[in-house]
Amino acid sequence: MPSPGLTDAYDLSDALTHAALPTSNLITVAVNPDGTVSFALHRAEVGQGITTAVAMLIAEEMSLPLEKVRITLADARSELVFNQLTGGSNTIHAIYTPVRLAAAVARERMKLTAAQQWHVPVAELDLAGGVIAHRSGKRATYGSLAKTAASPTTREFTPQLKPAAEFTIIGRPHNRIDALAAVTGRKQFAMDLDVPGAKPTMVRRAPTINGTARSIRNADQVLTMPGITDVAIISTGVAVRGETFGQCIDAVRALDVTWSPGTVDGESDETLLRKLKAATPPVKPALPLTTAVDAEFTFAFASNTPLETNCAVADVRKDRAEIWSSLKVPIIAKQQIAQRLGLLETAVTVHVVEGGGSFGRHLFHDAAMEAAEASRAFGKPVRLMWHRTDDFRHGRAHPMCFSRIRATCAAGEVLTFEQYHTSVKTDFGHGFGELITGTVTEPELGNYSVAQTIFLLSQHSPYAFGVTTQLLNEVPLEFHTGSMRNVYSPNVRCAQELVVDQLAAKMGKDPLAFRRQFAREERYRKVLDVLAEKGRWGRSLPAGVAQGVALAHEYKAVAGALVEIDARPETVGREVPVHEGVTGPRVTRVTFVVDPGLCINPRGLEAQMLGGINDGIATALTFGLHIDRGLPLEGSWDNGFYTRQWNVPPEVEVIIMPDSGADPGGAGELAVAPTMAAVACAYARATGTMPTTFPINHHDPLRFEPLPREPSIPQSPTDGLDKAF
Amino acid sequence: MPKHTFKLNGEQVTVEVPGEVRLLWVLRDVLGVRGPKYGCGIGVCQACTCHINGKAFNPCSVPISEIGPDDEITTIEGLPATVGKDLHPMQQAWLDRDVAQCGYCQPGQIMTAVATVRKVREEGREIGDEDLDKIRNVCRCGTYQRIREAIRAGADATE
Repeated sequence: MPSPGLTDAYDLSDALTHAALPTSNLITVAVNPDGTVSFALHRAEVGQGITTAVAMLIAEEMSLPLEKVRITLADARSELVFNQLTGGSNTIHAIYTPVRLAAAVARERMKLTAAQQWHVPVAELDLAGGVIAHRSGKRATYGSLAKTAASPTTREFTPQLKPAAEFTIIGRPHNRIDALAAVTGRKQFAMDLDVPGAKPTMVRRAPTINGTARSIRNADQVLTMPGITDVAIISTGVAVRGETFGQCIDAVRALDVTWSPGTVDGESDETLLRKLKAATPPVKPALPLTTAVDAEFTFAFASNTPLETNCAVADVRKDRAEIWSSLKVPIIAKQQIAQRLGLLETAVTVHVVEGGGSFGRHLFHDAAMEAAEASRAFGKPVRLMWHRTDDFRHGRAHPMCFSRIRATCAAGEVLTFEQYHTSVKTDFGHGFGELITGTVTEPELGNYSVAQTIFLLSQHSPYAFGVTTQLLNEVPLEFHTGSMRNVYSPNVRCAQELVVDQLAAKMGKDPLAFRRQFAREERYRKVLDVLAEKGRWGRSLPAGVAQGVALAHEYKAVAGALVEIDARPETVGREVPVHEGVTGPRVTRVTFVVDPGLCINPRGLEAQMLGGINDGIATALTFGLHIDRGLPLEGSWDNGFYTRQWNVPPEVEVIIMPDSGADPGGAGELAVAPTMAAVACAYARATGTMPTTFPINHHDPLRFEPLPREPSIPQSPTDGLDKAF
Repeated sequence: MPKHTFKLNGEQVTVEVPGEVRLLWVLRDVLGVRGPKYGCGIGVCQACTCHINGKAFNPCSVPISEIGPDDEITTIEGLPATVGKDLHPMQQAWLDRDVAQCGYCQPGQIMTAVATVRKVREEGREIGDEDLDKIRNVCRCGTYQRIREAIRAGADATE
């Protein structure tokens, strides 16, 4: 029974790519006299490897060694409109052709210049390694032609792109172009920049989310503390500036502030769950003679905090401002900062710095705005950094949500699959919203909110299950929310795949064979077949150890995870000889198969899959936030249990399917949902109980003593030497 | 203001800063040594891991007053010099396996890896899964599998 979904015809990747299209060719590949080629990338590098992939595209098109390509990140360029947004795992899908075209324009211009100098036809020129050669023996490097080749006017020119059959760089494994800088400590993040006068700056925050500072009782006293130069109220708390961050921590803690209440002071996990359930529609009555599977799932808030906390450098003067930060939507940052400062947009320069991770966090410019406010308040440049505790408690998080599902089956067919997914409001106020409403004009989408549109454009059942209904509802509460890696999919797909296992059981089918039977496309069946073989589906395992399998189709790519989990009591209760190390069930083996369409860099693609796998494990088992009276309890990496080495699966294999001839799909977020879902399915089978609350350890007794609410950040310990090893 | 003298990456340095300021900020904010990263400031994430007299430690949790003139602090910038090469074998192992994604935690990971290998060797053993399981360094990009491979390879290449 076919059940075509909206995403078959048009999905989030299409929406993002089409939004970028009108300005997609406003980019330039520059050839330098030293023979190198430069490109200022209009997307943010936050670890996903796009600078390397883009360098490969340019090197391929220009027949250059990769080392000759220099990639930097472009400043905010307002004229690019929707074409400077990094999100939805869309970068490569959107810029694959435009970047190659820009490189091909440069290449053809070089060849034309050589042909004119040598009075020979362009067709007689050969090109290799950045050198143009003619059979007469004439040779010229790109570098030697660079000046002459520059065209004084802009001309229309459409070059031929190199055919895929001639690729020698695309599709082969390459190490990251920034790897050496990363391992030597030379890679520069925002807090590593030396901007004259920009001194360390931190913020004291309210005891509840969105609380605001009313007054400071002891500003004069704090100003006399060693190293402290400035103290001022800003919209998010009280900012202090000093010689070192250590002295800022002392000052932040010493501040005596009166606070106004926040926006969600009365909310805790229990109140939120009541509101989410109340906002979720009931499922339809099952028809007579059908068997129904009903299930409800709760997903806790989850922090998208990267390892580099929110941070930015700002130098705000009376008539201009300059900002440095990792920003995935720098144009919106520039517009909103200009507005807040009362400056013309043209008076604000926004530099995009490489980020220490993002996972959705850098779609927002929270730190850049704070730095701008603080710099204006002090009349001095600032290097503003969030404390880790603030990053967990006041930073963005994937909102709590609730999923209600009913699936019905009869006579070997799944007749209906209904899923009502309700979430605390996800903030899309970072430009995604304008992009979606500005580009998606299908009349049937007219009345949907941005969130519902993104939900519909991204949520896709891989299985042909008769009448399939998936709808999003939102509870409008003012938490600090945002997308986290893979947005809705990890939770939505996890709930779906658990129910798929229940359906298979009801119908007496093997879970993998059942998925194969109902898979909507041949691509999925191929992924499942490789998973079954490489992952040794159905192999004999001890009681308490089990396998789970799940699929994903998103960002024009298909992926599947086959997971083995050990949930035996001796494993769950194992101690790690590490301070506050939280264990629980351990994923012991992951087989992951990905069909990315065209793969640009297999080594980078594998890295993204590995990262997504560890994210999926964390989201399923250990990594969530407890909300208690308007604030998360978690305030450190020993409270929020992101995957650590003691929970890493010892065996992981990532298999990349052969190129299918399609355009390249997105990779950055692809692996999270199928891994989370497969872990949940494996856990259900290992324990005999379907998990309904995520992360699975959320309702265990708290494994940590929450840090105090006030002051908002803890003091650094002094026992570091005792722990040296 | 008190003066503090210590050896940093092979050179004697002196700083004037109150004694309670943690070494991480002396390195980053006073001396401009930016390889050690801030990740939590409370000795949890291990992003700032450096070596003191060859042992791994977190400078975010050590007041500068506890560092003496004979103490040798090594940051990621000074790691290659400890083996007299352009790159420490552990850094080369990291490059060979293309471990880093965003790279933010990687200086700390490498400093921890080097100390872990040294400690295990001193105990007369080779690196095993249990040793790798004990490493606390957080990598939010999830590069853990490649870190494990690189540590084993780096250990093999370390004399």
